[in-house]
Amino acid sequence: MRALRWGLPLAIFAVLVGFLFVGLFRDPREVPSPLIDKAAPAFALPVLHQPERKVAGADYLGQVWLLNVWASWCVACRVEHPVLVELAKSKVVPIVGLNYKDKPDEGIAWLAQHGDPYTLSVVDGDGRVGIDWGVYGVPETFVVDKAGMIRYKHIGPVSPEALQQTILPLVRRLQQS
Amino acid sequence: MHRHARLLAAALAFAAGVASAQVSPDLAFEDRLKRLEADLRCLVCQNQTLADSNAPLAEDLRREVRTLALSGKSDDEIRAFLVARYGDFVLYRPPVKESTWLLWFGPFLLLAGGVGAWLAIVRRRRRAELGTDAGGPALAPDAATRARDLLDEKSSG
Repeated sequence: MRALRWGLPLAIFAVLVGFLFVGLFRDPREVPSPLIDKAAPAFALPVLHQPERKVAGADYLGQVWLLNVWASWCVACRVEHPVLVELAKSKVVPIVGLNYKDKPDEGIAWLAQHGDPYTLSVVDGDGRVGIDWGVYGVPETFVVDKAGMIRYKHIGPVSPEALQQTILPLVRRLQQS
Repeated sequence: MHRHARLLAAALAFAAGVASAQVSPDLAFEDRLKRLEADLRCLVCQNQTLADSNAPLAEDLRREVRTLALSGKSDDEIRAFLVARYGDFVLYRPPVKESTWLLWFGPFLLLAGGVGAWLAIVRRRRRAELGTDAGGPALAPDAATRARDLLDEKSSG
């Protein structure tokens, strides 16, 4: 009886502390995407540097590719940009840019200034395609497999660690399958 | 004071004019949108509803909700549209499913536990009370012996 009187509140307290402790290391801004393992939402958008040409997500069927959501007004995009430029140099995987709610001339100027890691960028001026992809903050990066399924979503700037430890191993695995 | 009041009245009249200019004739439709948006979460400022938020994404999503509603989609269909893209997180009322059972039924579990504990305590007290012949408050066995000893001492002495 005495054990219960002391042990029960202690156990409840321990569980509470456990929950709060785990909560310390979780980022409430990272909302898990329901699109993982689902078909990538279709789009057909003009290319940033060739507005008369349209590119669709389906054009990339058969290869693993990344979709990186960026904008010239996005400060955090500058943080991840060198990481993407390095990745582009390695030519491991094509990176398609989704120029999100940006003015095309400002986007082009931004790429000229900071380097262009993208195979090509498509223009999503009103953010309509962004909504289909569940974009709620820039930058975001999606890994799409050969069958056109979204396999992973990275929210926020891609760090070198995230690239080396999570994204690239996944890309290699998907390329081999 | 009087002048201030008049100024305020003029400002209010102006504001009302601006507001009424924006309201579409179909008030029931606007009302429906408002109620729907008040139940959806903005993903940028996460503690605001879609109706309250000024974030650009919230604007886009409100526009999207309006377009869907105008095209004849039901509230449930609009909610499903957003959940498919942003997950259950957009709903201020989480759906009842396996992963939210604890959330929905946890409070009742706690209530049941509390009622159980309360019943157990009441029952134990009642049993203890019935155990004493006088019907007074129960004493621990050693305290009862000590009391009896003291009483015996007094009566003998």
